Amino acid sequence: MTAGMKGPAGSKATRDGFGEALLQLGRENKDIVVLSGDLEDSTRAEYFKKEFPERFFNLGIAEQDIAGTAAGLSKVGLVPFICSFAAFWANAFGVFRVSVCYNNCNVKIVGTHSGISVGPDGATAQALEDIAAMTALPNMSVVCPADAAEAEKATRAIAAIDGPIYLRLGREAVPSVTDKEKPFIFGKACVLKDGAGAAIIACGHMVSESLKAAEKLSKEGIEARVINMHTIKPIDREEVVKAAKEAGAIVTAEEHQVNGGLGSAVAGVLACECPVPLEMVAVRDAFGESGEGEELLKKYNLKEDDIIKAVKRAVSRKNGGG
Amino acid sequence: MPDIKDLKEKARKLRIDILETIAGAGSGHPGGSLSCVEILVGLYYYKLRHKPCDPAWDGRDRFIMSKGHASAALYSILASCGYFPKEELKNYRKLGSMLQGHAYSGVPGVEFSTGSLGEGLSVANGMALGAKIKKKDFKVYCLLGDGEMQEGQVWEAAMTAAQHKLDNLCAIVDHNGVQQNGPVARIKNEDPLAVRLRDFGWNALDINGHDPEDVIKALDLFGQAAGKPTAIVAHTIKGKGVSFMEGDPKWHGKAPDKEELSKALEEIKREKI
Repeated sequence: MTAGMKGPAGSKATRDGFGEALLQLGRENKDIVVLSGDLEDSTRAEYFKKEFPERFFNLGIAEQDIAGTAAGLSKVGLVPFICSFAAFWANAFGVFRVSVCYNNCNVKIVGTHSGISVGPDGATAQALEDIAAMTALPNMSVVCPADAAEAEKATRAIAAIDGPIYLRLGREAVPSVTDKEKPFIFGKACVLKDGAGAAIIACGHMVSESLKAAEKLSKEGIEARVINMHTIKPIDREEVVKAAKEAGAIVTAEEHQVNGGLGSAVAGVLACECPVPLEMVAVRDAFGESGEGEELLKKYNLKEDDIIKAVKRAVSRKNGGG
Repeated sequence: MPDIKDLKEKARKLRIDILETIAGAGSGHPGGSLSCVEILVGLYYYKLRHKPCDPAWDGRDRFIMSKGHASAALYSILASCGYFPKEELKNYRKLGSMLQGHAYSGVPGVEFSTGSLGEGLSVANGMALGAKIKKKDFKVYCLLGDGEMQEGQVWEAAMTAAQHKLDNLCAIVDHNGVQQNGPVARIKNEDPLAVRLRDFGWNALDINGHDPEDVIKALDLFGQAAGKPTAIVAHTIKGKGVSFMEGDPKWHGKAPDKEELSKALEEIKREKI
């Protein structure tokens, strides 16, 4: 595997924020146990492993077994975090469905290396459908933090909630975009920039792209609100409706398939409660390919310029254009 | 050693309850429910430490029915132990009933919901590993069907149990040799199962799964192999006790009609113990 994208100074990957929080949690709560699919170095579960080897288990390359074992551990009162690449959790979908979700087990599923920007390993390692799969499961919640600091807070927050939760993380360093002082509130979106010309609702790594896009738009006279939808399920319906009412045009941005992701979740809220023009920035029903993260984001139309174009289309539709 | 005749009598009663429960619902899985009767009797009336009046008792042994389609057998034995009134069996598989079509944890005494085959052993492993982490002395038992041994996850779990020395775990395979569409050996042969499990690092033995004495002896051997999980390969007959059901894949997932039920019950009642 080659090195990922280098972010600007001070940038850090969400997986790092997770790894640090998990270690802290291990110190505070003796019931936290960690299962790994032989990727603890990559997922950063390694930090926990080094300090708590007796509560860390590498169950090998066996995602289904890991998911089921975690379900059993949770029924004995432990709080298992299971860690692998987001793409590989697809192998365990059936186990998440019955063992974890139907039994409402307190299992925290951590999927790192999500999205297309993970790069050179190509399509098999790029999880672009995990939000769709996970949000479809009853009892499952889905959280996708925007930066390392938020990942740290999100990890702590989900450990305190009883029930299955999927934590979607990235590999690449991303700029710090969230307010360090502000607490992470599960299920409550964060408005990172105000504006009523349009609203961009983004998750994960696309939040920083959205902020860059909003800055450029501002120079062109369009004040776009930027909302960090870190909890995709349950989605913050109130914030979506508020944005629709006040801005009248919405753009969603995610490193995920256009089907079943953040865009679909937002569309569902809008269609039922406040229909306004909506544009989705996402991968258009395609597998990715090998390449550097930046190249792939460009090729699959997931860069700030793509968000800008989408905002302009949405605003034009709001104003009666095609 | 418990009274073997008494266990046989309990098995006979359980078969009657199973058939009436399935016939009452008009659907269910008689074949694999009847094959695991003596195993369940051995567990619930002899081996398991459990308190039917307090299903969540912390010190209880855990039992996972991985072959969740044999729910009629599980619900019937739980009712007979007093986990809930036997009357409830009449609501099996009916809308609004707690007795869901496959083993369901909303039922007192059912530890875990199952029904997608191949998942139970991992869950049992998790409980056994959890017991070790929490330094608790309860044991974990898991009943698997031979058909579900075809799921890759079972073998992932088999490796995990051996690797992590889960000697507080006992897997019992109801090896009745028949799955929904035909004989297991012809679809995906897994024999000799005990040998294969031994190769995976298990303490494994073969028994006659319809002989209560054999079942009891095997359950007593469990726990004597330090550092190894135990597997009991129980050789059984699908649809055991009902001549027209025995060994016939047709009865994997089909309820008897009125006439078939009375014929089946007659046979079971007539059998000499």
